[in-house]
Amino acid sequence: MSLAAQLPALQIVVPLLTAPVLVLLRGANLAWAAATAASVMAFVIAVALTLEVQSVGVIVYEMGAWPAPFGIELRIDGLNALVLLVITGASALTLLCGRASLAGEIDPDRLALFYAAWLIALAGLAGIAVTGDAFNVFVFMEISSLATYIIIAAGPNRQALTATFKYLIMGTVGATFYLIGVGLVYMMTGTLNFADMEARIGEVTDQRPILVAAGFITVGLALKAAVFPLHVWLPNAYTHAPHIVTAFIAACSTKVAIYVLLRFDFVVFQGNLTGHAFQFASFLAPLALLGILIGSAVAMFEGHLKRLLAYSSVAQVGYILLGASFASKAGITAGVVHMFNHALAKGALFLAVAALAMRLSGLRLADIAGAGRTMPWTAAALALAGASLVGIPGTAGFISKWLLLSAALEQGPLGIVAVVVIVLSSLAAVIYMWRVIERLYFGTPAGNALSASEPPWMLVAGVWVAALANVYFGLMPGLPVGLSEAAAEELLRHLP
Amino acid sequence: MSSVEAIQLALILPFAGALLIALTGRWPNLRETVTLVIAAALTGVVWSIVPDIMAGGRPHLTVAQLFGDLSIAFTVEPLGMLFAALAATLWIVNSIYSIGYMRGNKESKQTRFYICFAIAIGAVMGVAFADNLLTLFLCYEILTISTYPLVAHKGDKPTIASARIYLGILLGTSIGLLLPAIIWTYLVAGTLTFTPGGILAGNIAGPAMGFMLLLFVLGIGKAAIMPVHRWLPAAMVAPTPVSALLHAVAVVKAGVFTVTKVIIYVFGVETLFAEPAGGWLLYAAAFTIIAASVVALRQQNLKRMLAYSTIGQLSYVIMAAAVLTPLSEIGAAVHIVAHAFGKITLFFAAGAIYTASKKTELHQLRGIGARMPWTMAAFTIGALSMIGVPPTGGFVSKWFILAGAFQSDNYVAIFTIILSTVLNAAYFLPIVFAAWFAKETGDSKPHGEAPFASVLALSLTALATLGFFFFNQGVLDLESQLVE
Repeated sequence: MSLAAQLPALQIVVPLLTAPVLVLLRGANLAWAAATAASVMAFVIAVALTLEVQSVGVIVYEMGAWPAPFGIELRIDGLNALVLLVITGASALTLLCGRASLAGEIDPDRLALFYAAWLIALAGLAGIAVTGDAFNVFVFMEISSLATYIIIAAGPNRQALTATFKYLIMGTVGATFYLIGVGLVYMMTGTLNFADMEARIGEVTDQRPILVAAGFITVGLALKAAVFPLHVWLPNAYTHAPHIVTAFIAACSTKVAIYVLLRFDFVVFQGNLTGHAFQFASFLAPLALLGILIGSAVAMFEGHLKRLLAYSSVAQVGYILLGASFASKAGITAGVVHMFNHALAKGALFLAVAALAMRLSGLRLADIAGAGRTMPWTAAALALAGASLVGIPGTAGFISKWLLLSAALEQGPLGIVAVVVIVLSSLAAVIYMWRVIERLYFGTPAGNALSASEPPWMLVAGVWVAALANVYFGLMPGLPVGLSEAAAEELLRHLP
Repeated sequence: MSSVEAIQLALILPFAGALLIALTGRWPNLRETVTLVIAAALTGVVWSIVPDIMAGGRPHLTVAQLFGDLSIAFTVEPLGMLFAALAATLWIVNSIYSIGYMRGNKESKQTRFYICFAIAIGAVMGVAFADNLLTLFLCYEILTISTYPLVAHKGDKPTIASARIYLGILLGTSIGLLLPAIIWTYLVAGTLTFTPGGILAGNIAGPAMGFMLLLFVLGIGKAAIMPVHRWLPAAMVAPTPVSALLHAVAVVKAGVFTVTKVIIYVFGVETLFAEPAGGWLLYAAAFTIIAASVVALRQQNLKRMLAYSTIGQLSYVIMAAAVLTPLSEIGAAVHIVAHAFGKITLFFAAGAIYTASKKTELHQLRGIGARMPWTMAAFTIGALSMIGVPPTGGFVSKWFILAGAFQSDNYVAIFTIILSTVLNAAYFLPIVFAAWFAKETGDSKPHGEAPFASVLALSLTALATLGFFFFNQGVLDLESQLVE
């Protein structure tokens, strides 16, 4: 077989095998170079896979050449491709431009180990996104979670330890719930392959264990995805993690959990479980709406820049779920597009935050006052990414908002409520982003904001690449929208 | 140069100008030269499209194709042509004025001022030439955001508080009301492209149409129809050149321009005329005209009074468009021009008075005509145009709006115009009278005219106000295409 045919496996193998090499390398700069190279290579693989998905549709890869129900199957369609692009793109960009920021925050002796953990997290996330096997998802989820706990706790901030502990407990509960669910399904069907489950679950006569499994899996993944009210681990983890780590995990970790949720629910449960479609919508839609409202409301009154953005993430997860809970083509397309666009906006914002943090004494809104004058490039990129988060036209955020509002207006009475909530939350987003931008540009600098200068050019360049990507995908949204439509069609194909 | 290339240039030039201004910020003379050259070049480019439009051409440019048939695209039609030509031309005059004003008052952060100004003009070009509602919305938002630093220019607490009201109302209404209206339109009509005759005919009717019109009109906060008018007085904290070009011409006209365009090209004049549920717009505009005039009567601050006068005059355009007869639609377009010349003159005069004497309140203006004869002569012409007295531009538009109202026996509109004329006279004439004939109060320091650049600019616009009374055939020819 040619190398190109092995791409789905390489997507996991490249970062996974580079990680132990880093431990041997030890030197911080060398480790950074190797980790970055592996991430960039993973990104290139993801791009290649995306191109292939666009031309052939679905890629199926049998691990060890064992056929599907017996061996593990890797399966990549539009949805997987989009998630892979987000994960690997976020990792490559944050590593490329984050060296100086990470070197400032993490003990130099441990840097090589830190990068190794990073790559393992990347391998785990990518693994979740390519596999077509339910138990395999659990394995990769544990791999990525354990590695993520390490990189979150790696910073100098001691509060990160308690934040990580909280995340660890809740993440483990989530993963265990997921495992219980998968176990129940396995008990009733005797298979772990998504496609095979779908075929066999209809033959099960007593559906009660499956219904219980659906409950466990949905709640477990909702915990991982920080769906309101299971979001409490998220603000602390985001706030106290090293800044570059925040940019990486904010762009992808919750999205991967939502991806699994969509995959499981639509492929396995919705078509086969009586009443589950209704359960899914009437369970998730109110939570999504509440999450949007409460996340945005808290963000409006938050005084710390990273916490503010973290609560905004809680709201944005609500947007994604809201789109999916419509269970219509327009709705799922909107949700999936927002996965991509929100990763762009939040990634850019947290990178800009990392840049600010390198030069300022703190990240409370009072600390960043006047930085627009001393760090004009960083501040301008932050403003641009903020516009995308708000959904100003011409940016990626507008595309998802447009699609989401159109999908909501198709829905009748629930849709009207959704429209009102989305509009209110957009206005809240204007307010909380504006508080940041106003401080940046019109605040009076104090402390070391007076003498701050731009951070290293690599970081500024990275922030701008991410910010301009928001504009590019705001004007040329063909790629994410095309992939999302394909994903929506693929998911809806499984509904009766 | 073909018309399509001209559209491209007209959209690029202001942004390129902003970049050049940023690069030359350290040398003020060079920076101001760049502004003037770019403004002149833009005006030349925009005017070069006029013959094509007069001949019935509709040059089209697609910039980006989004999903579905949504696109970022530009098409020039008569109304947009008029608006773009007006804004570009007045940008030159305003830049001359700005040089005098900003230097005369030793304002800080002048580079940022000129950069944002150029970006705002670029956004205005985009609004004027937009081919569909989405493109228009995009440029509309850029205009809002780029003008915020201009409003907040002074940077102190009360200024920022006012600028927040400005941004809050404009962004809030556009995201909260206009965007849902646009998406709704797209869902029912399947397109957002401005089409002569409208795109909503047969797709929506009854109270739903009235409600959609409500979303549009209130969503377009820049048109300042009551109750979303509060941002305009708040914006008066900006330096006067900003109030003059942006908050008397570019931004507010972008609002009424958008409303007019929505009525003509989205709803369609005939569709809306046949739909009783859309009738409320006339009354809302009439109410705004009268209420704003009454509030203007009670103002003590010159710029705030002018702001309320602007709110009233903007609703003239909306009311004219809402009368829904061919003559009144022309009247709406003509009033965009006539009011622009008159109001920019008034603001220029207000700024010149401030530069020369630091006076901002109405009661301080007694006897100022003797010290600043040029400025006050221009002010008088502007005031007469607001009232609609010949030979000023304001008379021409009022003529057409009244003619349109008589055409459809619309007594509400006729009565409103008559009452508003009386009210306008009531708050402008005493100022003019006191400035020329009253005795100066004791405590004022002696002063002369404002810097030459400012006086030159306000004399030019005052001349244009007079000139428009005599030379308006071109505008009429252009806009009569609207109703063919």
